[in-house]
Amino acid sequence: MAGAISEEEVRHISMLARLKPSDEEVHRFSEQLSAILAYMEQLNEVDTTDVPPTAHALPVHNVFRDDRPGSSLSPDQALANAPQRDDNFFAVPKVLEQDSV
Amino acid sequence: MQRSQFKYRPIIGLEIHVQLATRTKLFCSCPVVFGAEPNSCVCPVCLGMPGVLPVMNRQAYEFSVRTAIALNCQIAPFTKWDRKSYYYPDLPKNYQISQYDLPLGFDGAFDVPVDGGGESRRVRIRRAHLEEDAGKNLHETPGITQVDLNRTGTPLLEIVTEPDLASADEAYSFCVELQKLVTYLGVSEASMQKGQMRFEPNINVVIADGDREYRTPISEVKNLNSFRSVRNAIAYEIERQINDWLADRDYVIDKRSKENRGWDDNRGVTEFQRGKEEAHDYRYFPDPDLVPVEIDDTWLERIRASVGELPRERQSRMARSYGLTESDAATILSDKATADLFEQAASAGHPPTLGKQFISFWSAKANERKVAIAALGIDAERLGQLSLMTADGIINATATATIAEKMLACTDPPRTIAETEGLLQVRDEGQMNAWVDQAFAANEQAVRDALANPKKMQQARGFLTGQVMKISGGQADPKIVGKMITEKLANMAG
Repeated sequence: MAGAISEEEVRHISMLARLKPSDEEVHRFSEQLSAILAYMEQLNEVDTTDVPPTAHALPVHNVFRDDRPGSSLSPDQALANAPQRDDNFFAVPKVLEQDSV
Repeated sequence: MQRSQFKYRPIIGLEIHVQLATRTKLFCSCPVVFGAEPNSCVCPVCLGMPGVLPVMNRQAYEFSVRTAIALNCQIAPFTKWDRKSYYYPDLPKNYQISQYDLPLGFDGAFDVPVDGGGESRRVRIRRAHLEEDAGKNLHETPGITQVDLNRTGTPLLEIVTEPDLASADEAYSFCVELQKLVTYLGVSEASMQKGQMRFEPNINVVIADGDREYRTPISEVKNLNSFRSVRNAIAYEIERQINDWLADRDYVIDKRSKENRGWDDNRGVTEFQRGKEEAHDYRYFPDPDLVPVEIDDTWLERIRASVGELPRERQSRMARSYGLTESDAATILSDKATADLFEQAASAGHPPTLGKQFISFWSAKANERKVAIAALGIDAERLGQLSLMTADGIINATATATIAEKMLACTDPPRTIAETEGLLQVRDEGQMNAWVDQAFAANEQAVRDALANPKKMQQARGFLTGQVMKISGGQADPKIVGKMITEKLANMAG
């Protein structure tokens, strides 16, 4: 399929998302994602020569709220759907010791 | 290979995250509280639940623009918000809302003092943008990582400099000045203890071998959270890169990619971390949940007016109008509340004397207590009065120090303390004459020697002045005493 998502790309995206699809899944996702892209390709048929680029679909800007505290959830509410908790923390499998931001 | 046969020039840039002093998070109304019970300041928005809608905190945006203006940045008339995708447990949405290609501020410049404050270096600011913080991962429990999402969504201003810094000391100075700036602007508490300022220096070294130049690979040291660690980590990196290059000539930028390193404060070393993910791996794209921001002239002018006097402007003005040296003014200005207190006290006192007193014993007392002078609890009026009394010469240096010490323990005005303790210099003529007569009577030999031999006059005068001071218990004004003794000796000789 032309302009397709290769199996290699599927593996790369999976790595970034910390997913480990099987070979069969990689093959299937490659085909499915390629089909989605091909469908979206139709948009390129529209002539946009004179249309300025836009960052947003809505003709709206400057939507703000005041810096006024509202209510938060309790730790029990926040953790209600967590697969695992430890005290008032979410518990996740051990990760490398580093900060992300 | 001799290390001394080459010339080394470090190139350093900084990326700094400043936590903004908003009451609530960037996209939801959860309070920003330090040290709260884990996962007690969270809501569906910052927990990254499906179907929620983030709404931008206006104060966070205005704080960011205010800072960008103070950093002499261009302010983007149009900005938008982008998603930076990555997967990590402290970021439950799996993307961070940030600004990618349209930062709110860009092309700025910030002057920082170098070489002990005499010179300054202009550091270009590449960009300043607003983004959300991630939560905290805790690794103490075996087998699991604990995640606290209270911090998730806290507004951070990311400031990126051009690589214009040339030493660890310059980088240190930049960080100190930036902290001063943001606290003056009131946009951040900038507390190191609370992790409200975090630093990531980029470092490499240009090595010159005659006409040939080599560049070591750039390393980025992650998440330093004190000025001292910034300085130490950079100094360490410069040495390490030079040594690695001396050991292996392939240790150059063309042959290695940029690397991330972590600073181990206990051991004083940096360690290699994962390879930096390429920028496109973050798959930035505009956030469809947040609408763009357009800033017009009226709004921009209003924010510009909120900037106020910047620390360096204030330093020059204070040095000029109070007769302080630049470095004394800088010391007083290192804490905004202390500078405010100084200015109040100066209006009720003698500014140059007050300046000396701030730099000498008030700062010593503050250091002993590990607080700023403003936190000593002495009001401006009393500080001003003490400086006036010293300047007027009604108390001497020893008495000034004694009174200052007592001012810390009570709320009495310094004059009351001086009177109670008998520390005022006596200028009453009758009393002074009596003391001088007493000293002459008790030291007839010295008086006779002085009268007989003009060469001994000077020495005798000093001796007799000392005797009067002793008799008066230090209360006599030595200048007046000296004059009276000279006159008396002249009369006796005449």
